[in-house]
Parts: sequence; structure tokens; C-alpha cells
Amino acid sequence: MYREMTLSGWGRVRSGNALVARPERVRDVYRLFETAGGRQICARGAGRSYGDCGLNSGGILAHTERLARILSFNEQSGEIACEPGVTFERLLRVFVPLGWLVPVSPGTAFATIGGAVGNDVHGKNHEHTGSFGQHILEMDVMTPDGSTHTIGPRRRPEWFRATVGGIGLTGVLTRIVFRMMRVPGPCVLVTRKRVDDLDSLFSGLENAGGAAYSVAWIDALARGKFRGRGILETADPLAGAHGMARKPGPAIAMDFPNFALNRLSVAAFNAVYFHKASPIGRTAPCHYGDFLYPLDRIGNWNRIYGRRGFHQFQCVVPYTEGFRAISSLLEEIAARGAASFLAVLKRMGPQRAGYLSFPMDGYTLAVDFPNQAGTAALHSRLARVVTDHGGRNYLAKDALLSRGDFERMYPELHSFRDAAAQMDPDGQMGSDIDRRLGIRQR
Amino acid sequence: MSRRATWLILGGSSAIGRAMADAAARRGHDIILAGRDTGDLERTAADVRISTGRRASVVAFDAMAIESHGRFAAEIGAQTDVLNVALLFGIMPAQQEMDRDPARAVDCITGCFTGAVSVLQHLAPHLEQKGAGLVIAFGSVAGDRGRLKNYVYGGAKAGLHTYLSGLRNRLRRKGVHVMTVKPGFVDTAMTWGMPGMFLVARPEDVARACLSAAERNTDVFYVPKFWRWIMTVICAIPERVFKRLEI
Ligand SMILES: Cc1cc2nc3c(=O)[nH]c(=O)nc-3n(C[C@H](O)[C@H](O)[C@H](O)COP(=O)(O)OP(=O)(O)OC[C@H]3O[C@@H](n4cnc5c(N)ncnc54)[C@H](O)[C@@H]3O)c2cc1C
Ligand SMILES: NC(=O)c1ccc[n+]([C@@H]2O[C@H](COP(=O)([O-])OP(=O)(O)OC[C@H]3O[C@@H](n4cnc5c(N)ncnc54)[C@H](OP(=O)(O)O)[C@@H]3O)[C@@H](O)[C@H]2O)c1
Repeated sequence: MYREMTLSGWGRVRSGNALVARPERVRDVYRLFETAGGRQICARGAGRSYGDCGLNSGGILAHTERLARILSFNEQSGEIACEPGVTFERLLRVFVPLGWLVPVSPGTAFATIGGAVGNDVHGKNHEHTGSFGQHILEMDVMTPDGSTHTIGPRRRPEWFRATVGGIGLTGVLTRIVFRMMRVPGPCVLVTRKRVDDLDSLFSGLENAGGAAYSVAWIDALARGKFRGRGILETADPLAGAHGMARKPGPAIAMDFPNFALNRLSVAAFNAVYFHKASPIGRTAPCHYGDFLYPLDRIGNWNRIYGRRGFHQFQCVVPYTEGFRAISSLLEEIAARGAASFLAVLKRMGPQRAGYLSFPMDGYTLAVDFPNQAGTAALHSRLARVVTDHGGRNYLAKDALLSRGDFERMYPELHSFRDAAAQMDPDGQMGSDIDRRLGIRQR
Repeated sequence: MSRRATWLILGGSSAIGRAMADAAARRGHDIILAGRDTGDLERTAADVRISTGRRASVVAFDAMAIESHGRFAAEIGAQTDVLNVALLFGIMPAQQEMDRDPARAVDCITGCFTGAVSVLQHLAPHLEQKGAGLVIAFGSVAGDRGRLKNYVYGGAKAGLHTYLSGLRNRLRRKGVHVMTVKPGFVDTAMTWGMPGMFLVARPEDVARACLSAAERNTDVFYVPKFWRWIMTVICAIPERVFKRLEI
């Protein structure tokens, strides 16, 4: 019934041994709770979270790979019901040809719908479209007593808000109903433009407000007058272009040696990437698959960082603090010369669906660091900047936050704890991130 | 133009059964899923309908309820034009459990062998009458030799293999092809967490390979193919040596 496995987060820094079950049907989830024998349980989707929110050392993980069926679809309203293990990839393949797309998608199509709920994920269109959880109509969650509850924005709203963004700590989802979005074709029309400094990047993002999607890539290693140089990418749905296919990509077959990534090689990569983009902007059609998931074209790209693994630091800071906070963060990173590929900067709107959801009205910055001496210290300096400006870090990416910072960043934590205590009074749900940050506080 | 057969999947809730339904629907066939957990089968049927546009329905079927098979077969016969059958159900209790409790051994034989013979015997006249169709029935490499760790299940599957070779002869006379599948290890609930697994195949790959092999009128199909060679070696071990092995 279980397979004992050592699993890690996508960043490969955190890992743990767990008894992994792989329910093939809803009844198996029930049995899992029934036979847990005091061990803590947590669901795991595709394991695309970077840190430890999909890990449960010494406990049970319910891997949802096989709970992956589409249960209903309404061609008029776009309303879809599915099991939690369905991936964005599958939905893209089945529904884009029919003219429908999941309205909110993270940057990887390997992620599951259950994982999208667990972290209330956002996409490059958050400012306009909000977080994933805001498109949910209702969902079924099985709590540790084995009962299934249908919850939604208007049906047991507290339980709903605790479960969306609740990183699996309230129960196991078995069905999610949400609304898809109509698209006029399989492509977006993308404009990429090189921008020379942080000022112009911010004003570019501000002026991009009309575009459905907008994102900026920053060369996090550029210093002095180049600080904040990057590429601004905006996109809107494109009608027609039905013949357009996705591009195939390479895969990383082995771990790179640890020395492969250093300040020089990364700076060179970033410079090339930066200079490839046109200073006046270039516009071209791009398939949703290539536009939404550029990194998926390189299979197992996380192995580029070698066996030591890497961290992704992702924070959001309030709108009014945006420029100052992001400048200070970039300064810290560049000063420390912490090798990092392109950083991602996005404008976010205020929309969020859960008590522990990440988004806030402002700017979000995401940067990767190889795991090495000094990374933890840099992380805590960056986290200080974030809390000083009233921002927060994303739990989907986190492996290093302290309890104190976590509590300061998530002011609705007490509401989450109250609802979670009702859903799981005996504290049978649990995970590594839960125990590290004291999220449930039993 | 040939008429598109409907695939009846007996044991549709197994991972291989679901993969078989999906692969067959992708090839343009309608699907009938049969089994005990009809709630679960309904979920698979919905997925098949939405993602392939083919028809997919669900009927209750219990391999152990032998007395219900006649009626079941008649209904299936009546509601289908050309009929293809995939027989996937089976149970594999732990050998130690069956050594402790002989009743479990009987369950295993009924679930893997008696139930299969019963439902196929009831379906056979309907298949003969239709004069076309395919039957894919899942035996196992475990049926090629009785091993210490799995001999009751192996015995049931060996019986099934022998039965199927006779059925193949009978039905070919009426244009129906019967294929015996002998899978090695497949990544399903049956093998998840079991020690000693190697070269485990994905259910989707097994399903696709089976459909292609059956369309080529293969008689006995090892999947993945290298299992034929592994089993040739295992079958070549003399019994007086084999009886001392711990496998
Ligand atoms: C290349 C890349 C790009 C990314 N881009 C973005 C982005 O743009 N925006 C963004 O928001 N995120 C992004 N992410 C993060 C990713 O979207 C989230 O970590 C997401 O949760 C991953 O989904 P998963 O299926 O892998 O879930 P996992 O990582 O396996 O699990 C995530 C959480 O969901 C819970 N969970 C999973 N299934 C269930 C269930 N059935 N019931 C209850 N709880 C469940 C788990 O317990 C866990 O806490 C990115 C990640 C990668 C690797
Ligand atoms: N996995 C392997 O490595 C492997 C190797 C060789 C051969 N096989 C064979 O492949 C077939 C599929 O197995 P699997 O691996 O997919 O295992 P599985 O997931 O355990 O599937 C077994 C199936 O049998 C059904 N079943 C059991 N008793 C039944 C009954 N009384 N009536 C109707 N259906 C019944 C189950 O349905 P419900 O419980 O929902 O009713 C389930 O669909 C089996 O015949 C197995 O022997 C598997």
C-alpha cells in the first residue's frame, strides 16, 4: 500500500523520507485516513514546489498522480470538474483546440490542479485575472475523519479560504470545479523589448497595464548603471493562428557539476539573453504552451544546479513600496554576487482567495540561488528587506523562512488556524513546512 | 468500410483498464466499462467522453457473482454491434495470506480464473454470432512457472492461459481473435510498494502495445517484450533445481 521513498522539493535542497501512497480512486484516500495509525498525512501533486511544502518526513504522502480524471465540462459556461492530479499540460492539450484555457496558470505545465489550489497559484496575468482560487466554484475535500465536504466561496467560506492556499494542511482534495476562459486561438501575440535600467522597467510594467499578460526578466547580476536592466514581455490573446504548434525542447539528462554555475558563466548567459532582445521591441505569435511554460521545454532543468540544489526566493512587496524595495533587494543580490539566472519581476493585483494566499497588490520578484555557503545569510537579509516593506514570501518556493518572519508576513494566519482546527481537530494533517514554520500550531 | 467495434473493459477500474479505455477511445472506439466500483468507473467514463469525444458507459459486473454472468453477457451482446473484450480483472492476495487461509486461495482462483472462464463462456456465443471481434485477456508471466512466492496466483493464471488457447481455437473459426497477454511488472496498485520490482512498465504503454498487438492478431503477447526471454530462461531451469529456489 505504501512505498517508502526519499523525495525532494523542486529545488532539491529539502528532502525527506515518507511512506508514499498513490490512491487510484477516491475510496483509496478514505482507506489511507482509516489506516494511517497516528502518522501525519499530506497530499503531494507533481512536486513542483521548490521547498518543503510537498514533503512529509516520517509521515504519509498521498501522491495524486493517478487521481487525474476530467469529470465534467460545460461547453457553454466553460465550467469544468476534475480530480486533483490533472495537470495543466493535459488541460492545455485537451481544451486549447476546443477554444478554452485554464484562466490562471503557473510557469510550469507539470503542476497539478490540486497543487494549484494548495498554493493558490498566480500567473503572468494576475493583475487582471487574479489567483487560481478565484476561479473555483466548489471543491470536495476529504478530512481525516473520512468525510467529504463540498466547499466553495459561498459554501463554508472559512473552510474554503483555509484550503485554498492552505498547502494541503486541511485535508485531501478529491474534486475541483472551476471556470475555464475562452481563447480565440492557440496563441498569444508577444512583444519582447530590451529595457536598460530599473526605472524604465518599472515604467514599462506600469504602462503594460492594458496587456493581458506582462512580465519582466531582470539580469540580477548587472550592477551600477546597468542595475535592473532586463526584458519586458507583454502579450495578448491572438485570434486564429490555428495551425501553430509548440516547439520541442531538450532535456537535462544529468546533474551539472557544482562548479558549472558560477558568477562568470551566469553573468555571461544573462548578458547574451539580454542582448538577444530587441531594444525597440519585437512582436511575434507564440503558442500558449511555449509562452506560459518556457522552462518546461528543458526537461529537468533543476539539475543545472547540480546535486547541492538551489533556492528560489520569491517575495511580493506592496505597490507603494515597490520601487524602493525591489531596488534594495537587487542591490543586496548584486553586491553579494550570488550567481543567479534571470530574475522575474511581475506586477500583482490585490486578488487572493485564501487566508495563506501569497498575492498582494504590488510587485513580485523571484530569484534563484544555488545552495551554497552564505545562501541562508543572504536569504535572511532579503527577508528582512521584505518584512521592513510590509511584503511577504511565497510558501511554494520557501525552504528558509523563520517562524517570526512567517507570522509577520501572513496576518490572516489565525483565521487559517481556526478553520483548519475545525476541519482536522486531531492534527492528522501535517508536512515538513508545517512543522518547520509552526503553521498549524497545535 | 468496417464497423467500429465497441470495447467492453472487464475490470475497468484497474490502472491498465483505464489506460486501455483511453487508448481504445483515441483509436475511435466506443467504450463500456464494467466492474464493481461503478462510482469510480463513471469518473473514467466521463474523462473518456470529454477527452476523446467517444461514447463511454458503465455497467455493474462482479467476477465472483458467477450466476449473474449469463444475463450480463446477454445484455452486452444485445446492446453492441461488433464487440471487443478486454478482460483485466484479477486479484493477487499475498502468498503467505493464502498459505494461512486456504479460503483466500479459492478467492484468488475464482477472481483470476473461474470468474474469467465463466464470463468468457457466456460471451463466446455472442461473439461467434457477431462473427468478428477481438478478445484481449490478461494472464501473467507468473503463470509460466509456479514460484514459491506466488504459486496460487500463478496457478490461476496458468489455468487461464490454457483455457485461452482453447478459446482462441474455437473463436477463430468464427472470425474472432483471442490474444493472451502476459505482462511482466506493471506500475499499478497491485505492484505499488511491493519489494523486488524492476523494469516496471507504465500502464499507458502496456495498453497501447496490447491494442497494436491484438490488431496484428498476435496470439500470446509478452509485454514488455523482453519478458519472453526472461521467462524462457526461467522455464529452462530444471524442476529439481527450481524447487530449491527462493523466488
Ligand atoms: C518552473 C516553475 C515555475 C513556476 N511558476 C509559478 C508561477 O508563475 N506562479 C505560481 O504561483 N507558482 C509557480 N510555481 C510554483 C508551483 O506552481 C506551485 O509550487 C504548485 O503548487 C506546484 O504544483 P504541484 O502539483 O507540483 O504541487 P506540489 O508541489 O506537489 O504540492 C503543492 C502543495 O499543494 C498541496 N496539494 C497538492 N495536491 C493536493 C490535494 N489533492 N489536496 C490537498 N492539497 C494538495 C500539497 O500538499 C502541497 O502543499 C512554479 C514552479 C516551477 C517549478
Ligand atoms: N500489475 C502487474 O504487474 C501485473 C502483472 C501481470 C499481470 N497483471 C494482471 O493485469 C490485470 C490488471 O491488474 P492491475 O495490475 O491493474 O491490478 P489492480 O489495479 O489491482 O486491478 C485489478 C482489477 O480487478 C478488478 N476486480 C477484482 N475483483 C473483481 C471482481 N470480483 N469483479 C470484478 N472486478 C474485479 C478490480 O476492480 P474493483 O476492485 O474495482 O472491483 C480491478 O479493476 C490483472 O488481471 C492482473 O492479474 C498485472
